[in-house]
Amino acid sequence: MINKTVNNVTEALEGVQDGMTFMLGGFGLSGIPENSIKELVKRNVKDVTCISNNAGVDDFGLGLLLKKRQIKKMISSYVGENAEFERQMLSGELDVELIPQGTLAERCRAAQNGIPAFYTPAGYGTEVAEGKEVRDFDGKPHIMEKAFVADFAFVKAWKGDEAGNLIFKGTARNFNPLMCGAAKVTVVEVEELVKPGELDPNFVHIPGIFVQRIFQGDAYEKRIEKRTTQ
Amino acid sequence: MLDKNGIAKRIAQEVQDGYYVNLGIGIPTLVANYVRNDIELEFQSENGILGMGPFPKEEEVDADLINAGKQTITALPGASFFDSSMSFGMIRGQHVDLTILGAMEVAQNGNIANWKIPGKMVKGMGGAMDLVGSAKNIIVAMMHTNKAGDSKLLKACSLPLTGVECVTKIVTNMAVLDIVDKKFRLLERAPGVSIEEIKKATEGDLIIEGDIPEMSI
Repeated sequence: MINKTVNNVTEALEGVQDGMTFMLGGFGLSGIPENSIKELVKRNVKDVTCISNNAGVDDFGLGLLLKKRQIKKMISSYVGENAEFERQMLSGELDVELIPQGTLAERCRAAQNGIPAFYTPAGYGTEVAEGKEVRDFDGKPHIMEKAFVADFAFVKAWKGDEAGNLIFKGTARNFNPLMCGAAKVTVVEVEELVKPGELDPNFVHIPGIFVQRIFQGDAYEKRIEKRTTQ
Repeated sequence: MLDKNGIAKRIAQEVQDGYYVNLGIGIPTLVANYVRNDIELEFQSENGILGMGPFPKEEEVDADLINAGKQTITALPGASFFDSSMSFGMIRGQHVDLTILGAMEVAQNGNIANWKIPGKMVKGMGGAMDLVGSAKNIIVAMMHTNKAGDSKLLKACSLPLTGVECVTKIVTNMAVLDIVDKKFRLLERAPGVSIEEIKKATEGDLIIEGDIPEMSI
């Protein structure tokens, strides 16, 4: 077994610098790497580019980095829940690239899997297609999209073992598995870190080869954006 | 004239036995409340669940179980979870049978705009471009006119497009229409709504053939 554990979030984020590109898992606030985000706020890294489906809310998730003006550019599919984000974007302080959600997922997966580019019908004929190669397959136009290039991926899993094998829970899975191994360094925080052998290999979602550093996070708030009950 | 729930009720009639259905945010979400209970179907939410169930009871609420609108949900027996790539694989690969989504504008050639008002509102397209780029069966659920009273069924969209020539059917508070030969074809009227009223509220070209029945809901 190759041990991927680090002692804490400080060690996990060793090497993070101004101007880097980060990938962050999560859909809304579900499955976001809370501990890594807090550490990024604490380290006050500046001018970063963040690839994340959403941008958090005003006072949680990536909203915390936005508030401190640490983010230079956001690459997301939907940013509707964050007033500070909208203000920074409309005033031009923040560079924003909005891309279709399936394309965002696939650009992560392409980076993870060593595929430099792919074709998708999503966004053809819209501003998303501007400047991109268009090619017909079976008479239908597709646009070429490229794999992401990133320095760090920050991922949240439910359980992991010391070898970096991961299991996700519910819809907190979302983009997290796709970002593992999609950046130069993949940092994973888990709710429960276990010894090798304690996870059934049949139920591992992501093998440890895609993970460089793993640690057990603490004080998970797991905030709910829209608590809706019967 | 229908309200939002009325639109959802009418669209629910389009859901058939054995369908996998993706519901967008807003009016489409309401469709789940009105689907017949004697058919088998599964709701897909693009954040990674098939077999989405109703909202949870207070004690069942789980932060790790939400829908694409970020609302807490439940998973029905037979449900499955998956990552976002596989989720959009289901959509792009045309494994999902029916897509229901909202719109700001629909044009008579099937173009749709629903993600951006330049300089005013920029929320993003989420999964809408992937959905309209591939789905074979797309129903738009929306009000016939906007808050200013202007038609949302247009000759051409004025807002940035979400997809081109992809909408097949539209259900509004006034009518059911489909798109034929790059025109809106009127199929049904909402209860109490006249053809004249629909004509007045529709900027795009309208095909009206024979008697137009009133919706039964």
